[in-house]
Amino acid sequence: MTETQTEAVPKTKEPGKFITILRLLWADKVATTAAIFVLIVIGCAILGPILLDGVATKANLRGRNAPPFDLSKGFLMILGGDQLGRPLLARIIVASGNTIAVATGAVVASMIVGSSLGLIAGYSRGRLGQVIPRLADVIMSFPSLLLAVIVLYMLAPSVGNIVLVLAITRIPIYLRTTRAEVLEIRERMFVQAAQVMGASTGRIIFRHIMPMILPTLLTIATLDFAFVMLAESSLSFLGIGIQPPEITWGLMVAQGRPYLTSAWWLSFWPGLAIILTTLSLNLLSNWMRVALDPTQRWRLEIGGKKNG
Amino acid sequence: MADRDMQGPLLQVQNLTVTFQTARGPVHAVRNVSWHIDRGEVLAILGESGSGKSVSASAVMDLIDCPPGIIETGEIFYQGRDLLKMSRGLRRTINGKKIAMIFQDPLAHLNPVYTVGWQIEEAMTIHGMAQSKAQAETLRLLRKVGLPDAEVAAAKYPHEFSGGQRQRLMIAMALALKPDVLIADEPTTALDVTVQAQILQLLQELQAETGMALLIITHDLGVVAEVADRVVVMNKGEIVEQGTAAAVYANPQHPYTKRLMAAAPGQGALHEGEQSSPILELKDLRKSYGAFEALKGVSYVLHEGETLAIVGESGSGKSTTARLMLRLEKATSGQAIYKGRDLFTLSDQELFRMRRDIQMVFQDPTQSLNPRMTVYQLISEAWAIHSDILPKTRWKSRVAELLDQVGLHSEHMHRYPHQFSGGQRQRIAIARALALEPRVIVCDEAVSALDVQVQGQVIALLDRLKAEYGLSYIFIAHDLPVVRDFADRVVVMQGGRIVEQGPVRQIFEHPRERYTRDLLAASLDPDPEIQARRRAARLGKEVA
Repeated sequence: MTETQTEAVPKTKEPGKFITILRLLWADKVATTAAIFVLIVIGCAILGPILLDGVATKANLRGRNAPPFDLSKGFLMILGGDQLGRPLLARIIVASGNTIAVATGAVVASMIVGSSLGLIAGYSRGRLGQVIPRLADVIMSFPSLLLAVIVLYMLAPSVGNIVLVLAITRIPIYLRTTRAEVLEIRERMFVQAAQVMGASTGRIIFRHIMPMILPTLLTIATLDFAFVMLAESSLSFLGIGIQPPEITWGLMVAQGRPYLTSAWWLSFWPGLAIILTTLSLNLLSNWMRVALDPTQRWRLEIGGKKNG
Repeated sequence: MADRDMQGPLLQVQNLTVTFQTARGPVHAVRNVSWHIDRGEVLAILGESGSGKSVSASAVMDLIDCPPGIIETGEIFYQGRDLLKMSRGLRRTINGKKIAMIFQDPLAHLNPVYTVGWQIEEAMTIHGMAQSKAQAETLRLLRKVGLPDAEVAAAKYPHEFSGGQRQRLMIAMALALKPDVLIADEPTTALDVTVQAQILQLLQELQAETGMALLIITHDLGVVAEVADRVVVMNKGEIVEQGTAAAVYANPQHPYTKRLMAAAPGQGALHEGEQSSPILELKDLRKSYGAFEALKGVSYVLHEGETLAIVGESGSGKSTTARLMLRLEKATSGQAIYKGRDLFTLSDQELFRMRRDIQMVFQDPTQSLNPRMTVYQLISEAWAIHSDILPKTRWKSRVAELLDQVGLHSEHMHRYPHQFSGGQRQRIAIARALALEPRVIVCDEAVSALDVQVQGQVIALLDRLKAEYGLSYIFIAHDLPVVRDFADRVVVMQGGRIVEQGPVRQIFEHPRERYTRDLLAASLDPDPEIQARRRAARLGKEVA
């Protein structure tokens, strides 16, 4: 046991982690498509407002409610024009900035806060374990829209405050899920095995419990992404969300609503953007759930080969 | 129907091949399997996990999901008619009614929201019996399977019964329609030895009384020896040998059967332990859960370099003692003295240091290994926690060394637990325990979940490591033959108390207490002749 063996174990030729992940992604073509779409959206969100802001806010009364697929008014009008003749394509790209910022901000914030509270509630056997779930009950029993109206009436309706409000209303979802999972996983045998080895609480939580619940949380988060986008649009619709001339996809849907019978494209394109984004995120999270789980990973590794 | 079944066996399976389509290609669950069973006969299908022993019975009961399962070839004749060529409707009149089945886990097969009486009645009413008649019949059945107070029992819910009683309920339900064939899939595996003996006896009595055919699927040579007339031995989806139980045991032909018989525990030489200095001492250990006393004052001593077995049935408190000792739970009172210090009063820091010395190997390696960590991560975690044992640069070579020591290869390091078999997983768990260089290892039913042959290998491994590392084991088990081969001293527990303790030879050859004797008598020997003698002795005693 005490022999000093310094020779290195021969390194097995293993591809890097990044390459492995890319290969696993490539194995699922649907997820690859979704990943590419998400990357495009993120690119638009970062670059769009810088490049296209001028075009997107310039009114052109001749092009009011211009129909889509008409290239005579220029490429930017391919998706049509809105009620002030602004090109929809440019507006969707610019709006993606605010939309993604609000949704990501709210989802990430609520996920971090909610799951941390859930971890504490689930792992501590003391009073905290009882107080925190009650906190979630309080938030859930309060109509979220009413909460938003009150908060945004008192504070100025800015992007930051909207993120704050949306995050608070979504916290209980993560909190409850995390707590329930922790309660179950805490009793698993491998957690006890770690305890017997003398693992600290932090180690047990972050090495043994967190990896088990992360896929669930990510799946909920992507579903929540869509919900948050729509919630933001309903706040905007009430006039306490994002204020024009700032735009988001939700706001665009709301603004196009009066024209639904005469110019469907006003609401349709931003709506489609919301659907495609959430759909892609869902597909991606579905892939991630499989890829993160060693016992499921073979489904990707064997590729799309059908057994026969 | 009685006039048609004169020729040929009651139930006959011929050249059955069942294939399952999996993502990794087709898997032959059974290949060209043929067996038959006659009225009034007990046939056992013996095999280890993955041998396909349950598949042919599932095919008889139409329980194979198609897809992914495909019955490629074969016929199943029941009273001369091929079940596989019958319509679904016709088969339903035979399944359950003429061929009934009971399972390993009765709780999973009883509906928790209905009373058991209702459930047994239902079995009869759906096959067209009048409600009032079914009620009377239910009470008669409950009495027949040996449940006291049939009227009271019928009004209870499944969770109110113990494991053995639930299995009796399942038998009552299976017998409700007076089947010609009863298939029992591992009927006693989840039960304690004494309860197992009772259930097997009940099955035999009922079989003798009704003249039905009994098909028992099992991995346990003892069960075969106790009940079976004939035995079919299966390995990797094929029948390797069949014959009368006595002949197969006494004179196995196939190499696999020979290995299997040789691996049966309880045949080796008894350990003769020499006394050494005590390393761990439990003093008057008590534990209560509310008003329930799980441990009522347990004291024993573990000596350096010895294997101390703690045996007892479920609920005897044998695992609770270990959990208290490892401080997974808090003891109500008592002391555990290790190296002159009481483990229960250690500060967190002292406890942390003590953790290195006392390690545990759990029953089910599938659950005790984190499924998302590789073997390397699992084993090296010990050094991540106790950073003073080994510098990080040497982790890899030490993991390779440990894997080698427990009989695995160093290339296995980057695999995940699910890529190993049950026995290999337990080896990983042992390697993990060794990583901390402990003095004492607590094995909580560490080999119970493993197949007989693998069990033998793991026991041999533990024995070897004990000599190499100078370890002491606390070996918690319910399986007496394994204990007999492995232990130096034995502690027998019942209901939270120690009934008897002493050297293994004394406990097995001259037990003083009645409970120990009962336990020994109830455990099954793989030799059908010994089992027959014991059975005769038992019956003689009951008559007297």
